[in-house]
Amino acid sequence: MTPELLEQGAKRAEARAAALAARAGQTESGGRSAGIGRVVQDGEVDVTHGRILYLEDVHVSFDGFKAINGLSLDIAPGELRCIIGPNGAGKTTMMDIITGKTRPNSGTVFFGSTIDLLRYTEPEIAQLGIGRKFQKPTVFEQLTVFENLELALHTNKGVKSSMFFRLDSAQGDRLAEVLHTIHLADSVGRQAGNLSHGQKQWLEIGMLLMQEPKLLLLDEPVAGMTDEETERTAELFLTLKGKHSLMVVEHDMSFIRTISDIVTVLCDGSVLAQGTLDQVQSDERVIEVYLGR
Amino acid sequence: MMTTQPFLSRPAWGVVVAALLCTSVLAPLLHLVVPEGSVFHLSDYALGLTAKIMCYAICALAIDLIWGFTGILSLGHGLFFALGGYAMGMGLMREIGREGNYKSDLPDFMVFLDWKEMPWHWAWSDSFALQMLLAVAVPGLLAWVFGYFAFRSRIKGVYFSIITQAMTFAAMLLFFRNETGFGGNNGFTDFKRILDIPIATPNMRMVLFVLTSLTLLSFFLLGRWLVNAKFGRVLQAVRDAETRVMFSGYNPIGYKLTIWTISAMMCGVAGALYVPQVGIINPSEMSPANSIEIAIWAAVGGRATLIGPIVGAFIVNGAKSWLTVTYPEFWLYFLGALFIGVTLYLPDGVVGLVKKLKGMKGVAK
Repeated sequence: MTPELLEQGAKRAEARAAALAARAGQTESGGRSAGIGRVVQDGEVDVTHGRILYLEDVHVSFDGFKAINGLSLDIAPGELRCIIGPNGAGKTTMMDIITGKTRPNSGTVFFGSTIDLLRYTEPEIAQLGIGRKFQKPTVFEQLTVFENLELALHTNKGVKSSMFFRLDSAQGDRLAEVLHTIHLADSVGRQAGNLSHGQKQWLEIGMLLMQEPKLLLLDEPVAGMTDEETERTAELFLTLKGKHSLMVVEHDMSFIRTISDIVTVLCDGSVLAQGTLDQVQSDERVIEVYLGR
Repeated sequence: MMTTQPFLSRPAWGVVVAALLCTSVLAPLLHLVVPEGSVFHLSDYALGLTAKIMCYAICALAIDLIWGFTGILSLGHGLFFALGGYAMGMGLMREIGREGNYKSDLPDFMVFLDWKEMPWHWAWSDSFALQMLLAVAVPGLLAWVFGYFAFRSRIKGVYFSIITQAMTFAAMLLFFRNETGFGGNNGFTDFKRILDIPIATPNMRMVLFVLTSLTLLSFFLLGRWLVNAKFGRVLQAVRDAETRVMFSGYNPIGYKLTIWTISAMMCGVAGALYVPQVGIINPSEMSPANSIEIAIWAAVGGRATLIGPIVGAFIVNGAKSWLTVTYPEFWLYFLGALFIGVTLYLPDGVVGLVKKLKGMKGVAK
């Protein structure tokens, strides 16, 4: 190899590095190269194609009723996506499919580019990094706030390691940080069953955060909250955006207006419209399904 | 930040030590040293009754782990108890040797059935140690296999209870048959020796009594350790919101299976201790009513407290042996009234009541 060729090569490499640096942050995947010819890392969510969740042509029917009918949807890393839709549109069923509770009749569901969610069980999916909040707040009522968060902590969740588990100081700090985030630091020793409805909602969100999920699915997170609590929740979600990907199902339009970039409207088990809140609210078809025909 | 709970509070440790002293020092002294005429003499009857109830208390403790803490009501724990008892019984039958009625190497019932050799499942019966292993391993293995399929199929609540009840009933019918090779409806009795030591002497009775009390105490401490660990909090979480447990990344099957198997093995040990002390084991131990009674002891004492079920076993069985002697006709009425009373007024059992009273006192101060 001649010196000129080496020099030319070095220049090309430099130019490429500069181009990549300039592009960083501009694409949804953070400007990284595509996942061509890379080795699959076990447990790592590959978002180099700019998508963290990918549903394509999913169908589910319960006794002939088509709950999900050709649903295709994708979410970018760090995005906060709001999902709205009339009752029975399939919002909760969609979350059931993503978290492994319901198996679709056909279709593909991918987490990143490499993880086929249909091959995993609910606990495995949770450990992969998908957290879910239920419509009705579900916390462990007989345990204290502290114990609730400790159980959710991202760690080895096998039987043996639970028997010998001790909270280390880094984990303790993490727990304190989440307690502060969800404004429950004063109630750390209280039984979760004695919390107010809004506080239970917050505790459940806190438990999700302890799991360190990459994708959060939130089913009506502000239902039953006071205005002040709703406002705080909106603030929290906006801080989470970017670090985590969020999918929020809500009916509260003012809440959605505060937090959303893109809103997806589901109806009869598939996507009816997608865009900013103003766009979808002025969409004829959306008005029709919401106001009746 | 909150500190973790101590393993046992100081008064609780005091009770544990007191129980240890009472059963392993005081009881032998009162029974063996104090002469029979004295008011302080501990009679054979009282000693035998206490030992029997301690075996029951182990079962109640075992069911508390699976029902009180994990929310899975088993109505088949009597089967695990009986299986442990049968394993012990087989060993004791072989130790009778040629002193049976038929003067044969085979146990009497086999001679009676005209069997010429030992069936396959008696292969280990000449080794006492191996039989003791079976007393733990058979209930454990049965529980594991049964639990694996039941929990994997997500069978819960009353359905699980009914299936466990059916399981013990089916086993009872099986053991009633002579062909099964466990002595049919007579079961095993007329034991002579245990480890070549005569079984019906005061000293042997005392040894078994102390062994039973030590087992009960160590199982209590084991249970305490299990429920105090994060493991125990996962069990309670399974009881309160199983879907949340799954979506928090825990696979509940492993947890349920572990505690279910541990619980069954405890009952097996209790059965093995019970048989040499009462001198008989037969299929009626597997009757569904026995398993239901175990759950009742736990409910009376107070679920999810560990100490409650032990107290409950003593209260109910103590009352039973007193009333069936003095007012035999009232026993069933009393039992019925007790259940209605506990269900209506004491949802947390006797221990719950004590805690409530203490709480009131605290407020009054």
